[in-house]
Amino acid sequence: MSSPPVIEAKGIGLVFQTDDGPVEALKDISLTIGRGEFVSFIGPSGCGKTTFLRAIAALEHPTSGTLTVNGMTPEEARRSRAYGYVFQAAGLYPWRTIAGNVQLPLEIMGFSRSDRAERVRKVLDLVDLGGFGKKFPWQLSGGMQQRASIARALAFDADILLMDEPFGALDEIVRDRLNEELLRLWNETGKTIGFVTHSIPEAVYLSTKIVVMSPRPGRIADVIESPLPRERPLDIRDSPEFLEIAHRVREGLRAGHAYD
Amino acid sequence: MKSVMPILTVLLALVLIWYAAAVGLNAQWTRDQAARAGVEVSFSDILSDTLSQARPKLPAPHQVAVELYQSTWDEEVNGRRGIVATGTLSNRSLIYHGWVTLSATMLGFAFGTGLGILLAVGIVHSKAMDMSFMPWAIASQTVPILAIAPMVIVVLASIGVKGLIPKAIIAAYLSFFPVLVGMVKGFRAPDGMQLDLLKTYNASRFGTFWRLRLPSSVPYLFASLKVGIAAALVGTIVGELPAGASAGLGARLLSGSYYGQTIQIWAALLAAAALAAGLVVIVGMIERVVLGRMGMRS
Repeated sequence: MSSPPVIEAKGIGLVFQTDDGPVEALKDISLTIGRGEFVSFIGPSGCGKTTFLRAIAALEHPTSGTLTVNGMTPEEARRSRAYGYVFQAAGLYPWRTIAGNVQLPLEIMGFSRSDRAERVRKVLDLVDLGGFGKKFPWQLSGGMQQRASIARALAFDADILLMDEPFGALDEIVRDRLNEELLRLWNETGKTIGFVTHSIPEAVYLSTKIVVMSPRPGRIADVIESPLPRERPLDIRDSPEFLEIAHRVREGLRAGHAYD
Repeated sequence: MKSVMPILTVLLALVLIWYAAAVGLNAQWTRDQAARAGVEVSFSDILSDTLSQARPKLPAPHQVAVELYQSTWDEEVNGRRGIVATGTLSNRSLIYHGWVTLSATMLGFAFGTGLGILLAVGIVHSKAMDMSFMPWAIASQTVPILAIAPMVIVVLASIGVKGLIPKAIIAAYLSFFPVLVGMVKGFRAPDGMQLDLLKTYNASRFGTFWRLRLPSSVPYLFASLKVGIAAALVGTIVGELPAGASAGLGARLLSGSYYGQTIQIWAALLAAAALAAGLVVIVGMIERVVLGRMGMRS
């Protein structure tokens, strides 16, 4: 990749001060993410994968090292609305329609009324919720709600999408379908995606780069560049290449004592 | 029908207990009168007398019902001073006194709700205000309202403020607190994830308040309003008790107790209870409509 990195971390450390003394959530994390990459962070609970994603989003603040997003500090990147963030729960406002929810960031960022309507229509189509703009969240299934929350993160023009276990609460059938859609969406939009998961197949299926992390302190155990092509049908998961990468992820987790 | 039966059963039981208590409490007077006149009284005499005394210790339910009818419909429609004869409400009718109380209640409730919401906004957004103001708000509610009400009335009267305003202030004093407590909780109802989401949009504090905290607080608002409006009514009635008030349900209670008109007292009490129940029901109906429209059915 010749273009400058979108996210660059050098020797990131993050220590939480708790009542039981300091807890080292991240230790010596160095990682470069290029434009248009799909990077998964995988590891057991407490490995700091979510903390690292939140640090990129300036929701947590590293206590050592340097972290840049689009060449800026994370805080500046947040202020310039460089990324859309998708949480584990859809977190849609029950008092707003789906379209109303999707245009929430647009209202806050001061987009014009006509521009808002146009963008909402576009991103709802993108996540296959075309006819559902006037529905309320409780009228939609969990998977559809999560798609709406992805549309909400895509509605403004952030070229980074950060996703914190977005499909963690969904059943596997819905999850497979959403994974497929997410890949299509990534191909269509060319966004840079940071994706936290603890499902090995999900990480391997989606990513161009898999960051395997291990706990206490949270650190990187392995970084795997995926040789899989960008076009990935679901049955690629039965191919030898896929199984080989999955195996390597598992090895990385074991080496990091993730199974202790 | 299923929901009505339990209520009717309880009501019936209450009325029966009430009758029994009326007979028990009023019997002494009947016996004293009989002893003074030197006549014997049978049990049936006692029964009929205790339920029809002019100034009983405890009036029987039907006496109160008759009084309620006479001091509302009968007074206004057939009375010399009624609205049918004169075009204005009679100052002897509970409708008139209820209206006086209701208007002060609504004004005080509006004051109190506004004050409670404003203070809650301040407390949620300012740590200093949270630390400094909240203890005072709690302390204010531990002072007996009966001790404060006359002072408010007298002090305000001395600077020429009389009538509706002093009563409304006492109503507001009682009703701001539940609204304050409820709204502080309501404004803080959004969880960390919701607040983080708005942070990723770089939303301002005002944007966060307007788009997230305020809508999230609506269910809490209605819960507080129900308590607040009943408290406002109590405050108004207490404000009408000190000497000087000539109108309102509180004044009606006071004059009834001056002249030993127990039936009048009980009629005014029931009117106040009905008024409070009606107000709470109205708030509840608005709540259902609003929360239904907001997709938050309670």
